[in-house]
Amino acid sequence: MQALFSQLLVGLINGSFYALLSLGLAIIFGLLNVINFAHGALYTCGAFAAWLLLEYAGVGYWPSLVLAPLLVGLLGVAIERTMLRRLYRVDPLYGLLLTFGMALIIQGAFSLRFGWSGQPYQIPAALQGAMDLGFMVLPYYRAWVVVFSVAVCAVVWFQIERTRLGALLRAATENPTLVRAFGVNVPRMITLTYGLGVALAAVAGVLAAPIYPVRPMMGAEQIIVVFAVVVIGGMGSIFGSIVSGFALGLVEGVTKVVYPQGSNTVVFVLMALVLIFRPAGLFGKAA
Amino acid sequence: MKRFGVLMVVVALAAVGCKKEEATSATTAPAAAKKSVKIGVLTDMSGLYADLAGPGSVEAAKMAVEDFGGKLGDLPIEVVSADHQNKPDIGSNLARQWMEVDGVDVIVDVPTSSVALAVSELVKQKDKVFLASGPGSTDLTGKACSPNTVHWAYDTYALANGTGKAVVQAGGDTWFFLTADYAFGQALERDTSAVVTASGGKVLGTVKHPLNAPDFSSFLLQAQASKAKIIGLANAGGDTINAIKAAHEFGIAKGGQKLAGLLVFITDIHALGLETAQGLNLTTAYYWDRDDQTRAFAKRFAPKVKDHMPTMVQGGVYASVLHYLKARQALGAANASGAAIVAKMRELPSQDPIFGAGSIRIDGRHVHKMYLYEVKAPAESKGPWDYYKLVREIPAEEAFLPLDKSVCPLVKK
Repeated sequence: MQALFSQLLVGLINGSFYALLSLGLAIIFGLLNVINFAHGALYTCGAFAAWLLLEYAGVGYWPSLVLAPLLVGLLGVAIERTMLRRLYRVDPLYGLLLTFGMALIIQGAFSLRFGWSGQPYQIPAALQGAMDLGFMVLPYYRAWVVVFSVAVCAVVWFQIERTRLGALLRAATENPTLVRAFGVNVPRMITLTYGLGVALAAVAGVLAAPIYPVRPMMGAEQIIVVFAVVVIGGMGSIFGSIVSGFALGLVEGVTKVVYPQGSNTVVFVLMALVLIFRPAGLFGKAA
Repeated sequence: MKRFGVLMVVVALAAVGCKKEEATSATTAPAAAKKSVKIGVLTDMSGLYADLAGPGSVEAAKMAVEDFGGKLGDLPIEVVSADHQNKPDIGSNLARQWMEVDGVDVIVDVPTSSVALAVSELVKQKDKVFLASGPGSTDLTGKACSPNTVHWAYDTYALANGTGKAVVQAGGDTWFFLTADYAFGQALERDTSAVVTASGGKVLGTVKHPLNAPDFSSFLLQAQASKAKIIGLANAGGDTINAIKAAHEFGIAKGGQKLAGLLVFITDIHALGLETAQGLNLTTAYYWDRDDQTRAFAKRFAPKVKDHMPTMVQGGVYASVLHYLKARQALGAANASGAAIVAKMRELPSQDPIFGAGSIRIDGRHVHKMYLYEVKAPAESKGPWDYYKLVREIPAEEAFLPLDKSVCPLVKK
């Protein structure tokens, strides 16, 4: 029982990263119809931005939590403005290839400069230490990761599903021409949406920096699972991506107790099942 | 929507494939006619083993060449290096290109047992020489032994026999293993399990983690749930560092369990800091602060490698290259076969500042003394890199697997 609770908690922590990353992917896919393969690399960018800010500018964790996503978000805006924008009229496959290529470039650039091994990033002083929950010792920092991710996901979900801005955004997804007729600057909205999705990946990157070593492949290793999460949740479904992110973290945790060997593959098995029986995903609307 | 889902799966699979192939950077010197003796240092230049081998191993090989005089007869001696990225396919390709195209005579170091086992087989086919000081698996001198391979510095039997035995004798009689899931981790777990059982202890379970695992928290919780007194770390380098750090973070010691690092290098202790590492037992062939000779070597080495003290792997590169050159000189022939050179290396006793006196057995195992150390508490340490205190000296004949128990086909019984 003790093992189950502690693995569930670790699963929840991993789920926080899945949720943040899949949320960004879902937003980008929902509005731009682009499968953002650079998402993992941009998560890596977030972690490296935090590390570089500390290493070369002496900027600590807390300011980085805002600054790094802002910087990486701007990078995202630049990518959308200069490259991605040109591909909206052609098959989505091209957007996927472009972002995939960019992911390789970003990883390659980081490894050229910093090598493949990890750079250490200290846990911020205020969150060092751990609490004893009885069934396990929970480091404060990991508790913070869960709380912060839930908060970020909730805010983003509320913005998109319950505000006027979100309503415009969703309308633009359905019929951009009509929304433009109402005087809304749709291209700018699309640019900012991509920036937001990318910034979410960077937030996850900053959160990850003190836990996982900061290294060029950290995103590539996460992103494969995250794509499976998005497929399970339903492509483009905001709510689905958040819920399935956390849920799959928990499923992995349970698998660690019940059948440890299966914990690396359980997400993909579920993905296969979902594709067979509910191809639109658990929360997606059938096309 | 449906189409995208399917497309995504295809691309995800493609990405997994690409990850393997994108990593093919090689740094080999251009091909040349047989105008020099070429030493190829095949190592992990930037991954989790880069600090314990990597650029330091390249420097160690260069130091050996320098101490030998830089020339073998009339032939200049060259050192080339490449990054195998801990991947057997990349390592084999580099080794093959070196031997077939670039005229490399001897391959040295090769941390990561899975890569080393592949290289050993290739070197035998090409009749060159392999001086293995990076890998740990006893299979290199066991069932996969070769007349062209010499295994220097340490192996999983020596580690198990040193650290494993000491921990069981100190009362740690129930074990749970955290094992890196490849040839080295499996060999270390196997050899340590045997020692634990033979010393009256019990193995309660094991969990395998991938090489270069990003996070150890869930593995450690599995180990915690086993209630074993000892959590044995059958891994190395960056994996060991991350596992010990995570154990510290999750308060494993507070629950009454102790960690046993089965392969711990001085660079790992340096990365962890004494506060976290104090009290660990470890087995090593070389500690820089043992005597005047070891100190002198370390003082020459450190300035070349970011002021790091050498590990036993890097010391092994130095010593094995030096002994190789001596044997080749004694043999005289400028272009001798690998097996003949190794036979000569076996014939000559070895002597160097790092391992002292030693010898090479028929199975390719270089035998010498090993040492069991304990990591000092921060208060005991007098300065940077003053990390170990000696617990026990392990004589050469006790340190390694006795020949009569060897499964190497070269050993006649």
